[in-house]
Amino acid sequence: MAAETIGWWGVPLAIAAGTMRGGTPFLFVSLGECLTEKSGKINLGLEGTLLTGAMSAYAISYLTGSPWLGVITAGVAGMALGLLHAWLTQQPRVNDVAVGIAMIIFGSGVAFFLGKPFIQPSAPQLPTLNLGTWSSIPSVQEVLKISPLFLLGVALAPLMTWFFKSTRWGLLIRAVGDSPDAARAIGISIPKVRMLAIIAGSFLAGIGGASLSLYYPGIWSERISSGQGLMAVALVIFARWQPMQCLYASLLFGGAQALGPALQSVGMTQGYYLFNAAPYILTLAIMILTCSPNRTIFGAPGALGTDS
Amino acid sequence: MSTREVPTRGLLYLRRRQIIRGILATTAFGITSKLVGCSSSPEGSSAGGGDEKPLVIGFLYVGAKDDFGFNQAHAEGAAAIAKLPGVKIVEQANVPETTEAQEAMRNMIEQDGATVLFPTSFGYFDPHILKIAEEFPEVQFFHYGALYQEGKHPKNIGSYFADVDEGQYVAGRVAAATSKKGKLGFVAAKPITPVLRNLNSFMLGALSVKPDIKMQVIFTGDWSLPVKEAEATNSLADQGVDVVSMHVDSPKVVIETAEKRGIFSSGFHTVQSSLAPKGYLTGAAWDFPSIYTQYVEKFKAGQTVIDDSIPHLIRGGMKEKFVKLAPYGAAVSAETQKDADDTQAKLIDGSLYVYKGEIKDNTGKTEIPAGQNLKVTDPALDKMDWLASGVIGNVGG
Repeated sequence: MAAETIGWWGVPLAIAAGTMRGGTPFLFVSLGECLTEKSGKINLGLEGTLLTGAMSAYAISYLTGSPWLGVITAGVAGMALGLLHAWLTQQPRVNDVAVGIAMIIFGSGVAFFLGKPFIQPSAPQLPTLNLGTWSSIPSVQEVLKISPLFLLGVALAPLMTWFFKSTRWGLLIRAVGDSPDAARAIGISIPKVRMLAIIAGSFLAGIGGASLSLYYPGIWSERISSGQGLMAVALVIFARWQPMQCLYASLLFGGAQALGPALQSVGMTQGYYLFNAAPYILTLAIMILTCSPNRTIFGAPGALGTDS
Repeated sequence: MSTREVPTRGLLYLRRRQIIRGILATTAFGITSKLVGCSSSPEGSSAGGGDEKPLVIGFLYVGAKDDFGFNQAHAEGAAAIAKLPGVKIVEQANVPETTEAQEAMRNMIEQDGATVLFPTSFGYFDPHILKIAEEFPEVQFFHYGALYQEGKHPKNIGSYFADVDEGQYVAGRVAAATSKKGKLGFVAAKPITPVLRNLNSFMLGALSVKPDIKMQVIFTGDWSLPVKEAEATNSLADQGVDVVSMHVDSPKVVIETAEKRGIFSSGFHTVQSSLAPKGYLTGAAWDFPSIYTQYVEKFKAGQTVIDDSIPHLIRGGMKEKFVKLAPYGAAVSAETQKDADDTQAKLIDGSLYVYKGEIKDNTGKTEIPAGQNLKVTDPALDKMDWLASGVIGNVGG
């Protein structure tokens, strides 16, 4: 029983753990949204996709006993919602944001309706990679129980940067998002590219849902996301549409979630409402610090939110 | 702009007429299925009873019926009285605290013939129950919470409430006796009176076994925040806490996380043994099967709340069988089990009080003076705004 209590070390430890545990859904949803927005479309419905992903992953893992099958199903369920969003938003004179809000309600409705029988049972969870076996401190061992989904997300961020920068397909997506007229002029089918980008983005968001229900906190309940999908969409703006910055932003927000409980556990009993609000205050602060009246947001795809 | 949209119409473009046709078809389907649903319900009710007309009792829940929490506790009660002869229950889950609640109640009365309703969630009372109760003066309404006021509210409304403090006191004794490190943890939603009563009675129980025991409380800020609840449990485990209890809507996350971390947990609302076969100790649970059975016995004896033969406010603790203790888990020693049983017996026969003066708060201020004993049903306790001595935490936020 070495190191009975780790005292104040618990705070950085909890934040480190929070970045990996709580950051994973943010990471997948923000990377998915980044991909979608690069093509010039906004998908606010990822909150609903996250919930549907969480529910379908939990349900399939419970029914088949295979959590990995659950992860795949979550991705496929996300793709189905993405297809619907892509089709709706590309009808003439349809507004992305309005459809997105409808898709939040639809996605969460589907998840709640189909998810009823799965609130109570306990589904098999994804295995974790235990990298902390060298330590004799249980808390450290616990922090280093890393989900393969987290590693996958971390690997995806640089991969996506490379994809946008150095591949033909990445260029096509950027062209469609930045200047649809130019893209059309060289003969690219804009609806097809956008549809693929939205569907692929929704696939990632579905996987993010799977990490909520099959890794951390590892349950299915109707409050499981509590707005994380929407926050992840906002993260993309915060990250200036750069996949690597999405990664850092997700880690930051994951860690900030752990701050309130961790500080209370070491006896910082004053101001817990303030610490619980840390992620939101952080967003506001960074938004204010980085905004400028002289230019539009740097890095935003040119056609984002326009009617073209 | 509009001329440019023409080429994009190629992909999956639907004509307006097709959409209208689709909407019409969906509506028609919806109406048919609704009608089919209505016609089948009278058959169900006639099958329920024997030769006499069954007593139809309606239940409304604000969330899912199987959340391992508050709603499940009520639904277990409903399931228990459904087995009684001559009783038929109708249930509706996920009824929000809006006019939808009124609609659900009206449907149960008019279509299912319910004569007694148990709308369980706190927020149903005002204005929804008040409104429907005036509309149907012959139907009895029983609301969970001590909100009924004589003269102000319709005569056909009754309130009932279970004071869980005694259960938590015994659970606190079990927790303190089982804890090896002398450090307990409590994951709480908000610093409001029902939550404070719950965690203080747990602590008072623990203090009665180990006077120098400490309890770290973490307020998450809302009733259902699964990620924060998991973070809170992990942080408590990191700080060397080895028994954790909670007051949140669904204790599932806290109990499962505690089990993963290899520490003990003490439940709430209902029985959660199956979630943590190793670490679950016990827990205070509402005994709704007993509460609702007691009500049904009164109804069968011809009593109603309308003519005051059933009191308008019924409160109870362990003695009234409103609160029970969950079965002991594997980690609870035989000695501790016996002690807990004895403590329960003493609380029931009135020789032991949970709130026995002198009780100090965690700043050293005397909250209940020496020589004063408060029953758990005492209204003075409904103003509690302090944390018992030994609790590390702060109500002010």
